[in-house]
Amino acid sequence: MLIDFFCKIREYKVPCTLRELLDLLRALEQGVVFANIDDFYSLSRTVLVKDEAHFDKFDRAFADYFKGVASLELDLSEIPEDWLKKHFEKQLSDEEKAKIESLGGLDKLMETLAERLKEQEKRHQGGNKWIGTGGTSPFGAYGYNPEGVRIGQDASRHRKATKVWDKRQFKNLDANVEIGTRNMKVALRKLRQFARTGSSEELALDDTIAATARNAGYLDIKMKPERHNAIKVLMFFDIGGSMDDHIKVCEQLFSAIHGEFKHLEFFYFHNCLYESVWRDNNRRHNEKIDLLQVLHTYSRDYKVIFVGDATMGPYEITYPGVSVEHWNEEAGSVWMKRLTDHFDKVVWLNPQAEPQWPYYASIQIMQQLVENKMYPLTLTGLGQGIKALT
Amino acid sequence: MSAFQGTSNYIASNDLQLAVNAAIALEKPLLIKGEPGTGKTMLAEELAASLSVELIPWHIKSTTKAQQGLYEYDAVSRLRDSQLGNEKVNDISNYIIKGKLWHAFTADNRPVLLIDEIDKADIEFPNDLLLELDKMEFFVYETQEKIVAKQRPIIIITSNNEKELPDAFLRRCFFHYISFPEKTEMQAIVDVHFPKIKQKLLDEALALFFDLRDMPGLKKKPSTSELIDWLKLLLAEDISPEILHETRQKKIIPPLHGALLKNEQDVHLFEKLAFMHQRHR
Repeated sequence: MLIDFFCKIREYKVPCTLRELLDLLRALEQGVVFANIDDFYSLSRTVLVKDEAHFDKFDRAFADYFKGVASLELDLSEIPEDWLKKHFEKQLSDEEKAKIESLGGLDKLMETLAERLKEQEKRHQGGNKWIGTGGTSPFGAYGYNPEGVRIGQDASRHRKATKVWDKRQFKNLDANVEIGTRNMKVALRKLRQFARTGSSEELALDDTIAATARNAGYLDIKMKPERHNAIKVLMFFDIGGSMDDHIKVCEQLFSAIHGEFKHLEFFYFHNCLYESVWRDNNRRHNEKIDLLQVLHTYSRDYKVIFVGDATMGPYEITYPGVSVEHWNEEAGSVWMKRLTDHFDKVVWLNPQAEPQWPYYASIQIMQQLVENKMYPLTLTGLGQGIKALT
Repeated sequence: MSAFQGTSNYIASNDLQLAVNAAIALEKPLLIKGEPGTGKTMLAEELAASLSVELIPWHIKSTTKAQQGLYEYDAVSRLRDSQLGNEKVNDISNYIIKGKLWHAFTADNRPVLLIDEIDKADIEFPNDLLLELDKMEFFVYETQEKIVAKQRPIIIITSNNEKELPDAFLRRCFFHYISFPEKTEMQAIVDVHFPKIKQKLLDEALALFFDLRDMPGLKKKPSTSELIDWLKLLLAEDISPEILHETRQKKIIPPLHGALLKNEQDVHLFEKLAFMHQRHR
């Protein structure tokens, strides 16, 4: 029972285990819910999913598994025409509306819908005429026709406009979307955690002696929290390209918790690391800092984080004299190598979507240069990066 | 035990009721997450009140250790007593201080145990409680005594997501995320707190409130508890719905905004937007 459902949930990469399936079955056995798909949705989510970051995946899996079941209730009498019309208009852009008008107008389309509903007797999936799921007819659910009327996802006896799992309201909480203003807070917490690891107490010897003396010789132990912001970070931002916005977000992210780190320094470069970097992007051509100087100033226990898309011509990394901005004596790869040799921990955060990485030769070269410690600039990626740094 | 359906001053959504009842029925701890101010802690209080059982709150700080929830051995006072030659010193059990879990395990009626803000504690904290929450028993080494729960307490755990909780811990809990209430639910919540509020004032206030929440770039979005505070002030100052309506039309700073926007930068942002809006007209 429910094994297929469980497999579907796991297929969508929601982490849940057999133990939770058994819990769910036990809950059903005890009659916590009965014959109500909305309640079952809530219950299974409560039992199976343990993090709101996975809610969206769960919603999709649930919709996938139950899409047939939910649309079975479709019945002409249940869809008031004006309601459909309202919903219909809401779904469309002005451009599409104009297109519909040219096809005979909304009323015409509604008429056709009513006719087809009458003709049709069974649930239908696929195809391009009948109403059902997954097809290209303008009527039905989960289809691809942009001017289609959604039915299966909406019709409900419970007078809820959309099924909860179809709303996908937890999309923004998914840990695999790129970092933006919405999930900034979570990212900040991750970093803060990185900045101060552990919070134990230690014996405050002086305090204890003083307090014991004041206590006429009876022991009075005083504790104090351990000092613990010991992490030192160097950040290198790739600036002046298509990814500027993402990089800005990341920059804000790190400056927001500046105080939490013992040291946090920002440097900028363009496309690939060469012999010099700069601190102030407005004065990049005047106030350059030799990378060698950076290497000599900061000791090897500094954690180095690169942020950049690493998307460029592969020769910009591997050959001398090819930088887009100046003549570089030595190839970028040589400088990258020097840097990774000097510092113990180096990671690269890439705003470019991870599935696209294999298509860029430069990303692959860079990945090798940072010893495969390249992570996408998402919450998950940030977490992995931090793990690699500690 | 009867099912939880919210109380006269706490509105629980269907999802939440179901999660709570499932946790009660299956004797599992229930982990509650959600935006600050959506009533996570209040849930435990109201649950205890509605079942009329004892609430045992355990508020977690960054220095809290799992052991403190079980028991503590107060070696310092024993040492002090031995210096004084007190008779008590011979019996070690005089120096065992019971923790919240111990209290919960030995309570006569099935109590509600609230473990509040578990994410504040050290990363190992949840791991240290795995066995205790699973088996509902623990061992006191000093007195060689085993404490077993008379009945499994109803455990509500809240988290603000500052730390990720370990998987093994999560597997043992049920989970519910309190999402921000929609306008109708919000209305119900407000009705519970202010039964006599004028309908028009409430409509205007809610509209303003949701506008404000939709404003991009706010550092701290106002939440339910802020709304309730604000309404309290509006009522106390006897502000008319017309003023609120006008405020919303002209996009100027709402009266008594201090209750809604808690952050100086947010107030600045809002002022700036209002100013720009004025200029455009």
